[in-house]
Amino acid sequence: MANSDNNRRKFFATTLQSVGLTALGGLLWSGYSDEVKASPLVLRPPGALPENDFLKACIKCGLCAEACENRDSNKNKDGSKRPGTLKMAKGGDHRMIGTPFFIATEVPCYMCDDIPCVPVCPSGALDMPSLLNEKEELDINKSRMGLAVVHKESCIAFWGIQCDACYRACPLLDEAITIEHQKNERTGKHAFLLPVVHSDICTGCGLCEKACVTEEPAIFILPVEHATGKAGSHYVKGWDAKDQERVSEAKEIHTKNERSEKEASDYLNMEVEY
Amino acid sequence: MKNMKYLLLRRVTQITILALYFGANAYGWHMLEGTFGSSVLIGKIPLADPYTTLQVLATGFVLGADVLLGALIITLFYMVVGGRAFCSWVCPINMVTDLANWLRRKLNLDKEEVNYRFLKRRARYWIMILGLIVSAVVGTAAFEVLSPITIMQRGIIFGFGAGIAVIIAIFLFDLFGVKNGWCGHLCPLGATYSLIGKASLIRVDHDHEACTNCMKCKVVCPENHVLYMVNKESIMVTDGECTNCGRCIDVCDDDALGFSIRSFTKK
Repeated sequence: MANSDNNRRKFFATTLQSVGLTALGGLLWSGYSDEVKASPLVLRPPGALPENDFLKACIKCGLCAEACENRDSNKNKDGSKRPGTLKMAKGGDHRMIGTPFFIATEVPCYMCDDIPCVPVCPSGALDMPSLLNEKEELDINKSRMGLAVVHKESCIAFWGIQCDACYRACPLLDEAITIEHQKNERTGKHAFLLPVVHSDICTGCGLCEKACVTEEPAIFILPVEHATGKAGSHYVKGWDAKDQERVSEAKEIHTKNERSEKEASDYLNMEVEY
Repeated sequence: MKNMKYLLLRRVTQITILALYFGANAYGWHMLEGTFGSSVLIGKIPLADPYTTLQVLATGFVLGADVLLGALIITLFYMVVGGRAFCSWVCPINMVTDLANWLRRKLNLDKEEVNYRFLKRRARYWIMILGLIVSAVVGTAAFEVLSPITIMQRGIIFGFGAGIAVIIAIFLFDLFGVKNGWCGHLCPLGATYSLIGKASLIRVDHDHEACTNCMKCKVVCPENHVLYMVNKESIMVTDGECTNCGRCIDVCDDDALGFSIRSFTKK
């Protein structure tokens, strides 16, 4: 009897220990995985799901990178072989290990018409339907790998120097980047030729970033969610009939608060210390 | 050379498979493309690792049909052909841990084996389940974040980078830490294949009559508890943890061990 009691106690102790150590391992493992997930400024292949879903879906097989690497068109102007755009993140790249990405200043996306990297994706992390046009054909112009952003202070066109390198490098010439003319008040007789990126057209391929002549590119690609803001649904464009429709069902709200006795300036200075 | 037959066959298989994967990226071959996570055989047949597939499913993502079909094909293959044959005939980490094991024997480290109370061989099953839970909580295939198997394979195909540190760590752990520490205690992929291959057909068979009890098989076996029947009973090694590596057959001087097809009818 005493023996079986002992056995039972031992069984409970070892079970408890196993469960406890597993929980400890789980905490460490979760913490580590969550940290290495956080690499926000990463550019993904065309058609990639939003980063959070992409990290769930990507099975890290590398088929996209292999398809990208083995293009006959991967040649420099002098005929020498150039590496493919997509790289597979390895230790030290500081991006989720084993996932595909690209660095625009090294090799930007050359926007192949047949998009070899996407149909080979077995998991659905690269979403082919998102790249189909009305005729159900693959259309690389529908991809949104990122969004080009111009840093005015380092862009020499904003200094008044004539440069349209990004404008000419853009595969969607005069659509994704247009040149805006502005009077140069400093000289009084010249024009600024300013690059303007149109976020509804820009695919984020990075050819502009690669072409930029400044020491550090003055135009660069950021992931769309990091390069865009959001006004919020409570701002309604009163001059836009279509936007107005969003609030056609809205009901009037009556507030019953008493009118404040205080001055407006009291309210504005509330909770502020100088 | 007789006692190297299966060892050499395994190395040839492992290296050939890695070379085909390497060539897919470097030269555009269409024999075996991708990595273990998900591959394409001869440009057509999808293959996928069952445990990786489970991790992605655990995140709540609805996977593409190619991966699901691929995982089914691989599962059925190992279910029939021989359980953890993946571990000893395909996995590149096997070469690292085999080297560590061989060195352990040469350096006599085995004699001074420390008893790791917390690290039992069944830990891998806990890790396997834990990997799925962590995948669900964090929202990414959790074992793939640190799997030395795919880190090594991708390293060979796409370049190692700092990932080589993981491979060295596994080597040091197996050499100076726990004997068969990675493959025999921790690896959840091996655990998955142990479960898949429980009923597989190709098995090591033991002939008690021929055995001289030299115990060479138990020395080289990475999972030597599966050889409990040696010099006791003439039965097959039916434990799913046997990797079908065939090292025991290689080292046996008495022809007491050999591969055989499992029969499910009782004698």
